[in-house]
Amino acid sequence: MPHFPLTKGRAHEAFGPGVHVFAFTLAARIGGQVLWVRDDWQADQINPTGFCDFIDPRDILVSVAKDQTDILAIAEEALRSGAVSLVIVEVSKALSLTAGRRLQLAARNGKSTALVIISDGMGSNAAETRWYCTPVFDPYDSTLHRWDIIKNKSGTLGAWYVKWDAASRRLSMVSPAGQRTGSTGAPN
Amino acid sequence: MPYADARAFCPDLQSRPADPARDQRFLHILRRWFTRYCPWVGIEGADGLVLDVTGSSHILGGEDAMLADMRARLARAGLSVQIGLADTRGAAWALAHHADGVAPPNDMLGALRSLPVAALRIDDKTNIALQRLGLRKIGDLVTTPRAPLTRRFGPDLLLRLDQALGAQPEQITPIAEPPHYAVRMTLPEPIGLLNDVVAGAERLLIQLCTKLKAQEMGVRVLCLTLRRVDQDHQQVELRLARALRDPDRIMPLFKQGLEAVEAGFGIDQMRLEAVQLEPVPIRQINYVTTGQKDKLNDLITRIGTRIGLENTLRFLPADSHIPERSFLIAPAAYSEPEGGWSTLRPRPLRLFPPEFIAGSGSQPPKWFRWRGMSLTSARAIGPERIAPEWWLNDENWRLGVRDYWHVQTKQGRRLWLYYTPQNPHWFVHGEFA
Repeated sequence: MPHFPLTKGRAHEAFGPGVHVFAFTLAARIGGQVLWVRDDWQADQINPTGFCDFIDPRDILVSVAKDQTDILAIAEEALRSGAVSLVIVEVSKALSLTAGRRLQLAARNGKSTALVIISDGMGSNAAETRWYCTPVFDPYDSTLHRWDIIKNKSGTLGAWYVKWDAASRRLSMVSPAGQRTGSTGAPN
Repeated sequence: MPYADARAFCPDLQSRPADPARDQRFLHILRRWFTRYCPWVGIEGADGLVLDVTGSSHILGGEDAMLADMRARLARAGLSVQIGLADTRGAAWALAHHADGVAPPNDMLGALRSLPVAALRIDDKTNIALQRLGLRKIGDLVTTPRAPLTRRFGPDLLLRLDQALGAQPEQITPIAEPPHYAVRMTLPEPIGLLNDVVAGAERLLIQLCTKLKAQEMGVRVLCLTLRRVDQDHQQVELRLARALRDPDRIMPLFKQGLEAVEAGFGIDQMRLEAVQLEPVPIRQINYVTTGQKDKLNDLITRIGTRIGLENTLRFLPADSHIPERSFLIAPAAYSEPEGGWSTLRPRPLRLFPPEFIAGSGSQPPKWFRWRGMSLTSARAIGPERIAPEWWLNDENWRLGVRDYWHVQTKQGRRLWLYYTPQNPHWFVHGEFA
């Protein structure tokens, strides 16, 4: 699949209802240690018994910070240190251009990848790519997702239907439902 | 004597529960204080100290002046003391326990003659037997023929006698000082530049780490106290994710704290103390065990200086079928990663506190609203019944057993719903995607 895994040493953004699957798939493809940075007030939390199909929960550390400044500072520190191969940053407020640019520089210095999980329309222009991820209903499969790349600094845009195979831990691309042979598409 | 009887004699008597461990600790503190008089200080029994003052009494102007000084200082501290001073350890013990005084030099027998035989550090059994024989004073014992005494009581009694009288040698074993993990530096001129403070801290750190290495210890919490010219002081604390003793690794972690120091008119004294220590045995360095892992621990420390060391967490497996309790969250700095993750059934990627949705019946609702979205369920897998752990009183499980359903909606969302048959309600508990 083009553009995936995401370019190393850059900061990327993703949003949408299927963004967690995107993040864990990316972590599984990159491998190595992952740092997940998020707000401490968030009641939603990632569940290790769920994502152990993607990565080993031993390889993930979670930092909880009290505000966005701390979150970005931690992310920058972690990216710059090069001790983790992927930093996943969950932000709740809009990301300014300065903040995005700083993450970009930190990722370049530490040669690690940053993935910022944003809300819709809250990204910064400094991001290398921006992805919209959403799960798609498929009567035959329960892992089908549609990933749209909606911003790309170094390539074209596109959309892909992918599914995650938990047994072999790989991502496979599938044709869109309407074009599949022998498929009638999703019933209404 | 029972307490009631003792109260009858002395109405003001106060009682406290005995705490031998604390008494011992106090005795060790007192031992340390006594090194002001001489370097050889040991512990004697449960309630005594033994000092070898040979060659150090002249500093305070002779033995009598030294004893007077000791008595005065201890009386000021509220301690009553019995002191015996003699040429031998045995005689000094006898005087301290039974006479309290100074024996004239080279005449032990003269000082001990009138003391009871118990002053010879003998056990109770021997003491009672000697009393029955009519040998009550040490003077009586000296004049008795030695051979029958040895035959009857063994060599121990006469050994004690000879030690007291100086015919047999006896050593004093001073207790070694416990290693002290603090170093300090006093500066001739106050400093204020960041580079100077960093250089000073580095010097102290190298000294401290040399000490740590010799004792095979590593430091977990470091505290640097900077005293300023105006008597104010500032502290920089560093908490490490792993016990370390390598100055090259600790120093970069310290810098962030040093930048926040307000030097004022200048700093003229620095003190670096290892507050919390852990044993770190020397081990073979290889590429696999070090490198990346060290970098990660340094990162946890550096993040910890900003948000606190306990806010970087890791997941540990737990043995429970309750979804919320099937894993533990522990601070990464105080735990080791553990494997053994396995799930029999797919579990959602995200869990949240159960959110109520409208629905009825034991089958998942065909249509429901959740977080402002209206969703139509297209496929449901389940139910999977999970019963509460009755041995734990969990507020979240007061609605009883839960039937979990993996519901796929036409809108794409894949949710983890549950139904509580004992109290018919529907909830959303997690999301698969």
